[in-house]
Amino acid sequence: MQTEILIPTPLRRFAGDRGSVEVDASTVGEAFEKLVQAHPALRNHLFGDRGQLRSYVNVFIGDEEIRHLDGDRTPLKEGTPVTIVPAIAGGAPVQLERSEIARYSRHLILPEVGMEGQRRLKGASVLLIGTGGLGSPLAMYLAAAGVGRIGLVDFDVVDHSNLQRQVIHGTKDVGHPKLASARARILDINPGARVDLYETRLASDNAERIIEPYDLVIDGTDNFPTRYLVNDVCVLQDKPNVYGSIFRFEGQASVFWAKEGPCYRCLYPDPPPPGLVPSCAEGGVLGVLPGIIGTIQATEGIKLLLGRGEPLIGRLLLFDALAMRFRELKLRKDPGCPICGDRPTIHAPIDYEAFCGLEAPALHPEEWDVSPRELKARLERGDRLVLLDVRSPQEWEICRLPEARLLPADDLPGRVQELDSGDEIVVYCKAGIRSAQAVRFLKDAGFARPRNLQGGILAWADQVDGNVPKY
Amino acid sequence: MIRLPERLRDEIRHHGERAFPHECCGFLVGEAEGEVRTILEVWPATNGREDSPRNRYVVPPQEIVRAEIECRKRGLAVVGYYHSHPDAPAEPSQFDRQHAWPGYSYVIVSVRAGETAELCCWTIADPEGPFVAEEISTGPKQTVKSAAR
Repeated sequence: MQTEILIPTPLRRFAGDRGSVEVDASTVGEAFEKLVQAHPALRNHLFGDRGQLRSYVNVFIGDEEIRHLDGDRTPLKEGTPVTIVPAIAGGAPVQLERSEIARYSRHLILPEVGMEGQRRLKGASVLLIGTGGLGSPLAMYLAAAGVGRIGLVDFDVVDHSNLQRQVIHGTKDVGHPKLASARARILDINPGARVDLYETRLASDNAERIIEPYDLVIDGTDNFPTRYLVNDVCVLQDKPNVYGSIFRFEGQASVFWAKEGPCYRCLYPDPPPPGLVPSCAEGGVLGVLPGIIGTIQATEGIKLLLGRGEPLIGRLLLFDALAMRFRELKLRKDPGCPICGDRPTIHAPIDYEAFCGLEAPALHPEEWDVSPRELKARLERGDRLVLLDVRSPQEWEICRLPEARLLPADDLPGRVQELDSGDEIVVYCKAGIRSAQAVRFLKDAGFARPRNLQGGILAWADQVDGNVPKY
Repeated sequence: MIRLPERLRDEIRHHGERAFPHECCGFLVGEAEGEVRTILEVWPATNGREDSPRNRYVVPPQEIVRAEIECRKRGLAVVGYYHSHPDAPAEPSQFDRQHAWPGYSYVIVSVRAGETAELCCWTIADPEGPFVAEEISTGPKQTVKSAAR
């Protein structure tokens, strides 16, 4: 059908100086394809390198935006024009108040910052994913430095085990949402900061909306699905993503900005198999380590906002706290990268749980499980059970079940002959994940009745014996 | 150059004063011929930045659609936008620059303590280029072409 596309004034010179163009098409996508065929100069102004509609252009059918309809596939309506709507925004220059001049004086006398740089920081917005180990120093230093708008994404509650490193939260905050204590601490440091809270898990269906208003994203999460999600949305929205990660005594940091260099997928095209890379909850982390990596991320963020210095783009900084050494690896942009390469195949967020292989955990039959209460009853009845602890010796030192024997999961394959395959063995770990893998291993090795303690020693502490310390 | 009669400048000033301490914004409607834009009407818009209306504005896209369709019907065009800078000079900010389109005139009115001060007009020549001041003429009104195009 014949449909009229209304062209706004700034784009008319690329459309033969016409205010509207008629095309014969049935969907929005088809109409635009015909429009740019007839007026090729328009293409660059409407679409980005990856074929996506530019973020500063909206397309409406009547008074409905196609992003809220069916996107490209939205059918055209007889007699209803398609309007190309340029984003129109702006605002007064940011000014520093008298009190701010005193507050930021040590910045203002730096030639690299000065009044102009400090105004930039005040006018800037940064989104922090996570208010944990990395997010704590990030939020505190960015607020102190005068970043005007800080967004925080977290859905967690402060736990005793956070306090060893998550210095934005205090002992009084245990049991309360992390966002509440993070905001209070930020506003105590700098009452002029605007703090936006997103009490949710960043996911494929909300990430674009949450990230969109911010100049810069800093990733302080510790899981792979979120890391790929943050990367992908930042690439799609042309935003820099300041990356950091920590484990035990080692950390990494880089700046991923597809416009200027590689992205996270150029470095790690595929996630590691589930379970291969232990989290900090499983493997531990030195408490000050996130302080070091988080302040490196904060430094990079501030440099990017100021447009000063040499950012960590195309460089992966590696830090080893035990050796006290920094190393640097050069990163290259991968032309075959599925999101920032020459022929991208990803144009919108995907299902990251599935991508990281977390969607379908290897389930084992329910009868392989034993609950803490059931185990207690059977022990009291005097059933002959062998309790096998597959945690590390350090965890064994913290707490253990009576009469248990230690055989760390990593050693199990080499020492399995120490066990009697005729015994009824109840395997436990901290939370029931490693022990489930051990049960699977024992079953495959021909053991008759291996059992998994559901929820591990943490569940035992909750349901059976409150004297067992939780860690 | 932009032709902007005194009467329309006053409308912009009054809008800026009414909106103070928030920013106001609106459409410059008229005709463009080469680099000369003649403003025939100014239409107020809603400032969509409820989160930060004192130093930011955004024109809601739905209002732009309605304005474009109305202009199309009447043979006019949206040839620029105006907005106010409460307690700040009528100079474009970095933020204005980042959001500017070549081909539009951007009128900025400074409103200090609730009263309008200077009113200036700005434009950019290319997407990466700087803002340059645009001459404002109140001069003899150009002959308006027939609306029946």
